[in-house]
Amino acid sequence: MRRWIWLSVVVAFAIAYPLLLSSPFQQRLGALVLLYAIAASAWNIVGGYAGQVSVGHVVFFGCGAYAAMGAYAKFGLSPLFGIPGGIVLAVGLAAIVGVPTLRLSGHYFSMATIAVAETMRLIVTNTEWLGAAVGLSGPTVPRNIFDLSFLSALPYYYLFLAILSITLAITWWMTNSRMGFYLRAIKDSERAARSLGAPASRTKLYAYMLSAALTSVAGALYAMMFGFVDPESGLGILISVKILIMAALGGAGLLFGPLVGAAILVPLEEISNSWLGGKGAGLTFVVYGAIIVLIARFQPGGLLSLLTRRSRSKVDTGAGYAP
Amino acid sequence: MSFVLVQVIVGGLLLGAVYALFSSGLTLVWGMMNIVNFAHGDFVMLGMYVAYVVYTLMGGGPILGAPLATLVLATLGVVVYFALIRGIMKGPMLAQILGTFGLALLLRYSVFWWFGANFLSMPPNIVGGTYAFAGLRIEASRLLAGVVALLVTLGLHLLLTRTSLGSKMLAVAEDQTAAQLMGIRPDTMQAIAWAIAAGATGLAGALIANFFYIVPTVGETLGIVAFVTVSLGGFGSVPGALVAGLLIGVIESLSGYLIGAIYKDIVVYVLFLFFLWFRPQGLMGKM
Repeated sequence: MRRWIWLSVVVAFAIAYPLLLSSPFQQRLGALVLLYAIAASAWNIVGGYAGQVSVGHVVFFGCGAYAAMGAYAKFGLSPLFGIPGGIVLAVGLAAIVGVPTLRLSGHYFSMATIAVAETMRLIVTNTEWLGAAVGLSGPTVPRNIFDLSFLSALPYYYLFLAILSITLAITWWMTNSRMGFYLRAIKDSERAARSLGAPASRTKLYAYMLSAALTSVAGALYAMMFGFVDPESGLGILISVKILIMAALGGAGLLFGPLVGAAILVPLEEISNSWLGGKGAGLTFVVYGAIIVLIARFQPGGLLSLLTRRSRSKVDTGAGYAP
Repeated sequence: MSFVLVQVIVGGLLLGAVYALFSSGLTLVWGMMNIVNFAHGDFVMLGMYVAYVVYTLMGGGPILGAPLATLVLATLGVVVYFALIRGIMKGPMLAQILGTFGLALLLRYSVFWWFGANFLSMPPNIVGGTYAFAGLRIEASRLLAGVVALLVTLGLHLLLTRTSLGSKMLAVAEDQTAAQLMGIRPDTMQAIAWAIAAGATGLAGALIANFFYIVPTVGETLGIVAFVTVSLGGFGSVPGALVAGLLIGVIESLSGYLIGAIYKDIVVYVLFLFFLWFRPQGLMGKM
């Protein structure tokens, strides 16, 4: 009961936020929080629930971003039409990369994902058709509403809110399905899960593909909001890092962990950027680095695990901190 | 074989020796504690900046810069071990990855913030000029870096296999509890391992600072090079890292020469993935 009250308060606040805090900066901030929350929630499926720490998720983000901008720049279509294309690309890539990579455990998996993302970034940077280092642009003047190019951040806010709700619903549904149980078992001990007959490789691959699809949607939305994508903003390792840190700060493997992480870190970054100007970019990541080190050292389950720890004795979901 | 090709291969070998040097630091820590230092490349980057700062403040070139960079980084290694690694070593996998990854960001962007994103390069100093040798032209700074790196890597191997300190470290790697019962302190040995590993990166950074581009993000590329070297040579093996480092240096400069400079990183990354996927135990390692 208590949980539902909290949930409705959060939902009511999320819906009312852009009306309560209606300056363009605040609305944009809200939209960005939701956007990163989508990406971090998508990462959470494979990084949090399955315990496979991908540091190369930006590659799927880039699939979506490039598909959306490519649909416009190459075929004159609305970027919206790029979304399914991006999903297909991301899922395909996840399948190809996932089969050999998911066999690797722990650090090896993380390193392989970095290498995949960096390889992709270098290839795209040197591909003239994809705009090389300059990247691709979306429509500068919207031709109709389907171009999803708005001056105000308000439409983006509600669009992102809807997509985030879908992402969280999928995640919630997944955790309560057979797949969720498999994933938790695999995270605790892959060997034990296998010996009890859980199809570990297949489940991990499905989680990876699902996560890739949702991440590519986040990438497409990002590109639409900013109106362009280049190798740094679409495939740079720092995007992966941001996504990962948000999920880990809030609580990897917890449904609302990524949202909490995004709600803390996105304002921090925007504010430090606007206060410090050009010098801020470097300093933001110094702060990011310090935050990650501190979480890793003192609170590896994320901030939300502080709350859930109390109720753990009642319902042990196995999520969050698993020593 | 044309002269140019020989020249390219020799250049690759000299750079590869430096790769071997800092990769043996990574492989040592990895083999001993089963922890991967994602900040390893950024340690090398710091070494480069230390050498740069030493030169701009005091002059003197690598003779002064290299020992100082080694010392500074070795100290940093010990600090990192006690402040961070010891706490996350037995924690969950996510904490281990996040911990050193966060450290990488912290170091990279602190330097970025302080020095800016511009490419720096060492002003011409004592080890300038090139040697002509049997038709080959070799830059003095590259020759110095390659030779010193090779000797130090070999020395590291001897230290680990021929001295009592090395035996103690291997004992801790093998079985901490048993080592403890023999009167060896795992904590001290692991701190020493971190000092050696980080010191090696400092030396390597100072050595390549003379001819490499100095930029805060160079650590990312060098970190991946170290991962490739270690995965190729087998985890925990210094001789493996040496052979693999030389090999990667040659592959990199050959592909840079034959296919184009922009593709040399791609070749290294793809090689890395190939090894992780199909031969994760490395060329010489055992599973």
